[in-house]
Amino acid sequence: MAYKRQIDRLPIIPANAKVQNVTCHYCIVGCGYHAYSWDVNAEGGTAPGDNIFGVDLSQQQAAETPNWYSPSMYNIVKQNGKDVHIVIKPDPECEVNSGLGSIRGARIAEMSYSRQRNTQLQRLTDPMVWRYGQMQPTSWDDALDLVARVTAAVINEQGEDGLFVSAFDHGGAGGGYENTWGTGKLYFGAMKVKNIRIHNRPAYNSEVHATRDMGVGELNNCYEDAELADTLFVVGSNGLETHTNYFLNHWIPNLRGTSVAKKNEQLPGEPHAPARIVVVDPRRTVTINACETEAGKDNVLHLAINSGTDLALFNALLTYIADQGWTDSAFIAASTADFDKALAANRTTVDEAAQITGLDPADIVKAAEWIAMPKDGGARRRTMFSYEKGLIWGNDNYRTNASLVNLALATGNIGRPGGGCVRLGGHQEGYVRPGYPGPRPAPYIDQLLISGQGGVHHIWACDHYKTTLNALEFKRRYKERTDMVKEAMSNVPYGDRAATVEAIMGAIKNGGLFSVDVDIIPTKIGEASHVWLPAATSGEMNLTSMNGERRMRLTERYMDPPGQAMPDCLIAARLANALERVFREQGKDSYADQFKGFDWKTEEDAFMDGYNANSSGGEFVTYDRLRAMGTNGFQEPATAFENGKIVGTKRLYADGKFGGEGGKATFFEAQWRGLEAPGKQEEKDKFAFLINNGRTNHVWQNAYLDQEEELVVDRWPYPFIQMNPADMDEIGVKEGDLVEVYNDNGYTQAMVYPTATAKRKETFMLFAYPMGVQGNVVSKGVNELIIPNYKQTWGDIRKLADAPEAVQHLTFKSQEYRV
Amino acid sequence: MKRCDAMVDVGRRQFLKGGAVAAAGAAAVSALGSAPARAAGSARVAYPSNRLANIADLKDNEPVDVAYPDADAPGVLLKLGTKVDGGVGPDGDVVGFTTVCPHKGFPLAYNSDDRTLNCPGHYSRFDPEKGGLQIWGQATQNLPQYTLRVDDKGDIYAEGVDELLYGRLSNVL
Repeated sequence: MAYKRQIDRLPIIPANAKVQNVTCHYCIVGCGYHAYSWDVNAEGGTAPGDNIFGVDLSQQQAAETPNWYSPSMYNIVKQNGKDVHIVIKPDPECEVNSGLGSIRGARIAEMSYSRQRNTQLQRLTDPMVWRYGQMQPTSWDDALDLVARVTAAVINEQGEDGLFVSAFDHGGAGGGYENTWGTGKLYFGAMKVKNIRIHNRPAYNSEVHATRDMGVGELNNCYEDAELADTLFVVGSNGLETHTNYFLNHWIPNLRGTSVAKKNEQLPGEPHAPARIVVVDPRRTVTINACETEAGKDNVLHLAINSGTDLALFNALLTYIADQGWTDSAFIAASTADFDKALAANRTTVDEAAQITGLDPADIVKAAEWIAMPKDGGARRRTMFSYEKGLIWGNDNYRTNASLVNLALATGNIGRPGGGCVRLGGHQEGYVRPGYPGPRPAPYIDQLLISGQGGVHHIWACDHYKTTLNALEFKRRYKERTDMVKEAMSNVPYGDRAATVEAIMGAIKNGGLFSVDVDIIPTKIGEASHVWLPAATSGEMNLTSMNGERRMRLTERYMDPPGQAMPDCLIAARLANALERVFREQGKDSYADQFKGFDWKTEEDAFMDGYNANSSGGEFVTYDRLRAMGTNGFQEPATAFENGKIVGTKRLYADGKFGGEGGKATFFEAQWRGLEAPGKQEEKDKFAFLINNGRTNHVWQNAYLDQEEELVVDRWPYPFIQMNPADMDEIGVKEGDLVEVYNDNGYTQAMVYPTATAKRKETFMLFAYPMGVQGNVVSKGVNELIIPNYKQTWGDIRKLADAPEAVQHLTFKSQEYRV
Repeated sequence: MKRCDAMVDVGRRQFLKGGAVAAAGAAAVSALGSAPARAAGSARVAYPSNRLANIADLKDNEPVDVAYPDADAPGVLLKLGTKVDGGVGPDGDVVGFTTVCPHKGFPLAYNSDDRTLNCPGHYSRFDPEKGGLQIWGQATQNLPQYTLRVDDKGDIYAEGVDELLYGRLSNVL
């Protein structure tokens, strides 16, 4: 049977409930929510005067009502030590989501820690250390002392290059301005750590280096532009499942035609029609189905390219558009450099691109017309360009990113209403740190760890066992090295600190690695660690972040963190304090002095020290001001504080001035060079199946909370792999069967989901799922700036077992909406 | 042990968590088909026992509009032709569901080609052959299903619902 909660009524929010601002801490979209909380022994009533909505709740409420919440939006949590009911419900007044809640965000309450209702009991409550052969609880002072002494000993022997770090760089849960600053000030301020990587890639680098190098920041438009565009051009993104409420609330109205009045009002003097959309993706997704449902098939162009050939397509579009005279020559002259040079270098004919991409030449021409053919009367067509992991984690990241930005610049579509050339994003953003002290390209951290370098590894909210490339090999070596330290620790009494540190250092000299994992749950990589430090998440602390249109909000603390858990920024501060103490004890006063400036008591202290003092426009932003700005916040950068409000920036580059030399954006040369990462072409030649990979609607990130959420685990007990039924017949598997996916990089498992729309020999597997890690079969090949290439992976597939019991109740019907 | 202690601790609030006892009770009732539908011991709301139709009124794969537990709560009865989870009647193939999408309350439409319930609001899809499992969609609940009983005259009674219905904070208003 499908999972059912057997909940048929919920406590009613009383009229006097406490109301706090919440921004969903999962994806980049950052939907606005409110948290309502009240004493556990009280309840509102159905009479209008007895509930927060002021309506008669003894009546059925209509569709889209703000006066209802689902069981997943409810919990009982601790607030300042007392039990309270809590409802976390989408805010109809938030411009981002207008009251919509996705299947992920609408579960914020249910995915909170509750001893009272037994949810998320996996959360870490105490610092834990390796003692007597297993992880055991200890005090903060003890855990931090051990970490500081081992870290100091490694620095004393190997220098700061012996300290390896994996750390979030984003916003939302496991990040935010407070926490990126806390960790950044520790590793880049007090120390100059070069050997550091980010949660989803094996080096400290931008995923969108090219656009930044061209002088174009990657989050340059606003969500309203999706309502104003004539054409939406989207690359490697499945918005309905990954930016759900951005897509539903801002793209769909344009495809449906309901934003035409807004276009006429804001952009008079040119004709307006419902939007058309071009989707570049090797796979047919539910997003494409939804677009067809709303806009009609005639207004949806799915360019199902050969995997990894985006660059050739974009260069051909640029060439064709330029040859037709559809470029924006005034904009090019005033705001850009090197157009002619890049056009000559990138020149690609439609037929050449058709050959490489596998597309019909007529479809390439049609895409060019939809992007740039002037509208009736000669007005410039407004096209919004957007991209995400299909491009970012795809072939030749740097050049492909550049070739898409070339196209947007050439058609005058950046800084203008209905335009933009933006990454769509994964997490929210929330970056404020001192500059990274390492080189470019940054060191390939995974390979250094595999090769035996480094003595101590600090991990902040990263789980490489699930979310890195070459994951099987990484795990094998990481376990080997950390086991050496575990063995050494088990051979001395834990209470003898000097002997413990000496034993650990002995193991490190022999190739061992000491691992410290800061996280909210026991992670997969944490299985190898020697210390776990329990962190608080969004809502258990005040936390600021910005979304994909640079919209900054404050999520207020609405519940207590579990046990002794603390915000990451304060963990970083206490670690800095401990390091200062240890180095001073050792007589290294001048080095110890570098760890001053971490006397923060609250996350607000970290915010003021970090964002307020260091970010562009940060001086206008405080917690009080953000609280008053509610769930709509403001769009960064702040430019003033006027009439009680922070003044923001709706679009970047609206004045035609870009970030490059002389205020210009620069066109880049970006020639096609096949599958660029080492070993990819050979892998393609050798193995039968493309193992494309990505997200699904139910699951947030690597399922770190969802793995303990019955609704999700019931639907996806194993990661799915979508396969064409003819391919299934060929290898002799049925729906729900478990299969092994394997190649020369490693092996993993998945559950077969028959998918009639899947191209032959092109599968799609759920990424980063704990019950079958797709990264195990991704090669170590990266681009010249150490950006991973997860998408272009090829492997073979064989049957492991018939569908197990946990799969028997599942449905394998098409995921596409049908009328 | 932590979980057990916490459950004792929560005392009278136990009804809110959808405990295993209540779930098992409902499943047993569904399997028997003709037993009284109150899940013993649970603190769920008291449901009316309402006659929705007679077995003879149902044809394979043709939805019959109903309402339960009151006229403001539209739903559907389906005879699916093969025995399914939660199915009642002589062939174990009769099921009943709400047709109000648990995401935002839009009315679901039945697609007889692939026997699915589809939401025009945000494209969610549910499988009535699999207990209302959300095939794909935005709802944080699988589709609320009726507990059905068929008497010896073939009259079909609804006597409970296994998830909260959209638009009401108590299934029985």
